[in-house]
Amino acid sequence: MNYVPNTDKDRQEMLTAIGMSSMDDLFAHIPDNVKLGRALNLPHGLSELELSRHVQNLSKKNSNLEEFSSFLGAGSYEHFIPSLVNHMLLRSEFYTAYTPYQPEISQGTLQAIYEFQSLICELTGMEVANASMYDVATALAESASLAGGQTRKNKIVVSSTVHPEYRQVMQTYAEAQGLEIIEVGYSGGVTDLAELAEKVSTDIAAVVIQQPNFFGCIEQVEKIGEIAKQNKALYVTAVDPVSLGVLRPPAAYGADIVVGDAQSFGNPISFGGPHVGFFATTKKLMRKMPGRIVGATVDDNGRRGFVLTLQAREQHIRREKATSNICSNQALAALAATITMVTLGKEGLKEMATQCINKAHYTYEQLTRIKGVTGKFNGPFFQEFVVESEKDIETVNKGLLKEKIFGGFPLEKYYPELKNSSLLCVTEVKTKQQLDDLVNAWEGLA
Amino acid sequence: MTEPLIFELSKAGRRGTTLPPMDVPEMNLDEMLPPEEIREKPAQFPEVSEVDIVRHFTRLSQLNHGVDTGFYPLGSCTMKYNPKVNEDMARLPGFAHLHPYQQEETVQGALELMYESDKYLSEVTGMNRVTLQPAAGAHGELTGLMIVKKYHTDRGDHKRTKVIVPDSAHGTNPATAAVCGYDTVEVKSNQYGGVDIDALKSAVNDETAALMLTNPNTLGLFDENIEEIAKIVHDAGGLVYYDGANMNAIMGIARPGDMGFDVVHLNLHKTFATPHGGGGPGSGPVGVKDFLVPFLPKPLVELNKEEDKYFLDFDRPKSIGKIKGYYGNFGVVVKAYSYIKGVGGEGLKHASENAVLNANYLMRALSKDYYLPYDQTCMHEFIVTPKPYKDKGVHTLDIAKRLLDFGYHPPTIYFPLIVEEAMMFEPTETESKETLDDFIQCMSAIAKECAEDPEVVTTAPHNTPVGRLDEVTAARKPDLKWEPSN
Repeated sequence: MNYVPNTDKDRQEMLTAIGMSSMDDLFAHIPDNVKLGRALNLPHGLSELELSRHVQNLSKKNSNLEEFSSFLGAGSYEHFIPSLVNHMLLRSEFYTAYTPYQPEISQGTLQAIYEFQSLICELTGMEVANASMYDVATALAESASLAGGQTRKNKIVVSSTVHPEYRQVMQTYAEAQGLEIIEVGYSGGVTDLAELAEKVSTDIAAVVIQQPNFFGCIEQVEKIGEIAKQNKALYVTAVDPVSLGVLRPPAAYGADIVVGDAQSFGNPISFGGPHVGFFATTKKLMRKMPGRIVGATVDDNGRRGFVLTLQAREQHIRREKATSNICSNQALAALAATITMVTLGKEGLKEMATQCINKAHYTYEQLTRIKGVTGKFNGPFFQEFVVESEKDIETVNKGLLKEKIFGGFPLEKYYPELKNSSLLCVTEVKTKQQLDDLVNAWEGLA
Repeated sequence: MTEPLIFELSKAGRRGTTLPPMDVPEMNLDEMLPPEEIREKPAQFPEVSEVDIVRHFTRLSQLNHGVDTGFYPLGSCTMKYNPKVNEDMARLPGFAHLHPYQQEETVQGALELMYESDKYLSEVTGMNRVTLQPAAGAHGELTGLMIVKKYHTDRGDHKRTKVIVPDSAHGTNPATAAVCGYDTVEVKSNQYGGVDIDALKSAVNDETAALMLTNPNTLGLFDENIEEIAKIVHDAGGLVYYDGANMNAIMGIARPGDMGFDVVHLNLHKTFATPHGGGGPGSGPVGVKDFLVPFLPKPLVELNKEEDKYFLDFDRPKSIGKIKGYYGNFGVVVKAYSYIKGVGGEGLKHASENAVLNANYLMRALSKDYYLPYDQTCMHEFIVTPKPYKDKGVHTLDIAKRLLDFGYHPPTIYFPLIVEEAMMFEPTETESKETLDDFIQCMSAIAKECAEDPEVVTTAPHNTPVGRLDEVTAARKPDLKWEPSN
């Protein structure tokens, strides 16, 4: 492939125009010592036909979620993506644009982001939301930085029921920033309130939980919030946006910062990225928020228009005094989420969430009837749950794979005490037949 | 021409889509959830039909300017053409519909693609290993500096608290240093726009953790002293960090690794032709020399040659840890892999050569009507300013806005900070001589307006969907979301 339109003749004319005779002259000022002086040791280029064939063959070495029935969740969720989403994403005025620095010719991107912010606020009940983050893990890490800066305290208490990868990312950021992460254990699948109360004191900057938590369980968000407030710590929750079709919004239980991943809306899982984090908070913390923010304003004729705003927080203005180093967001993934949220609409969101919770409960009931399979935690859950198997869970998953089923996530990797426990996820995309097939396949394992 | 908010198009009872009927026994929510946790009032999402949605977003798209719309010479952003085939490749079900926690034997193609991408990017940069985990350029910078920090502390060297950045640096450099807990030391540029060697010598000491540098720098100039610069920092015990925003200038010509850099980040959404998406998703891989490989984020993809199997290696005790959920913006990496495979090694060099040719051609032509502060061979981008029209009251912003009237995206403006009224142009290699010539004519016509009829420039734009927007009020009285009327 060659995407360079210049012909040899063009090149000669252009070189002449700038007083040079060869392409090498353009690089004559680069010291020979640092010149490569050889061809890059990379494969030769391919025609489009060869390229497509090659990449398709590579993709076929994978077993994908369209061919296999998957019960994996753990932060990456399969949900229905309406056809129109991809058609709109392929409007190249959206995807070949850069960050909307010139608002007069970027109203499409800017208004779509404003709509995204509005939808996230509606969903979470929060007062403000930004234009998106890389993913929920980095959004959580940024919330810890914000909390540290805002409260001038450097300890963050995090429940061990928060997704282990999110905690790892928080840890990485915290180490670089001199924040200390303190973990709280769980009991019955939810944050251990007694241990939390013990570990949260007035020198804690933030209390961080996930709702529903990594195990799919419903946390006692009211009580956790009380503990945070009593100690003047910020209350941070990571939420599954789909669950907010049936669960009360975090603003209702006093969250100061709400983050999450809108991948569930219109973005394929794509092996874990790109996803799209969101970050919502209160007006009080608005000017400390990381990332891009779009605001409505008027032009010189009084017409409504949209601009990037509150930029005094950002790196290109504030340099070393910025609230974050974030530059780009995940605009196109946020656009996919926006289009999906409005396509679902008020009724569709509730319907989707209701189907997820019902199908998950049906599957839980059926699976736990199998001899040797028991529910691990007894509390309420949304679309994910944990079962414990008498059999080795890796062996179970291998058996299921033969039936073209991806079983749940083996929890032992991150929770050594949860041997042979599997975290399963069921969303609206699964038919009853697929759920029964899982149960039958599991039951049939020798 | 403005478009209503999607919320303003809402009408109770309209649906954009429906789900299949529930096929499992349905329970009441209060049988499954604690009553106090059940949502009482639904989120006020708009109620619109499919055609409303399609027309709304189609109209919004028409209010945008993208590379496919026209020339987009936004300096330092490398707005090159985004090949369509790469979009299709990333959407293949075998890539788009993979779960990150599938068993490894079911994702061998994805792991192979990551492994090969690591090798390709290592070769282009002259590094030994590359992590694909960072989600954007700034995220790559953060990863890179965390690696630097871990390297120093691992050696028991806790004194190094300072990161040096030139005054011409991207804003992300000092911001990243600060986020990483470092103090920033700024060094002045010399009269040629390069690092002032004496200033650097007096800035480095045993507190220097790293120097962050872009080469070619943000003036579009290659710093010919680069080896000496790297040596000065290395001799003081610091590391040298390469901001890869300008990598499109030197692929196949020179490599950061050979210049003495220890850590490099790349922007796949610039150099490797993946689309910017209106501000993401990007991808910011980070490459390092051998001695820093242990500190790379986990996991890395490795190949078990005996079994011919790729696997994710989490067993990396010195790693900085995880920098993002899962393995990075994989879908973006697929597009970049496809680009590299398509153009090949010779194509990458061809791209850089033509990017530099186009920039020099454009620079020479524009210098007839505009002031050229650094009159030397540039790399892939350059700076001119409207200094000749200063007495007419014309500023860089005005010229940028006037370009909008002619259907062009303006250059990057007021950056770098060290040049007064800077306009930074980066034409990229995917623009033809005809496009450049048309643009040159347009810039020349604007110059004439500046001299003869400056008001038409200072009041621009005149034919965009909206005029100049009131950014001051936007910041003072933030209106950041739609408010439901009920």
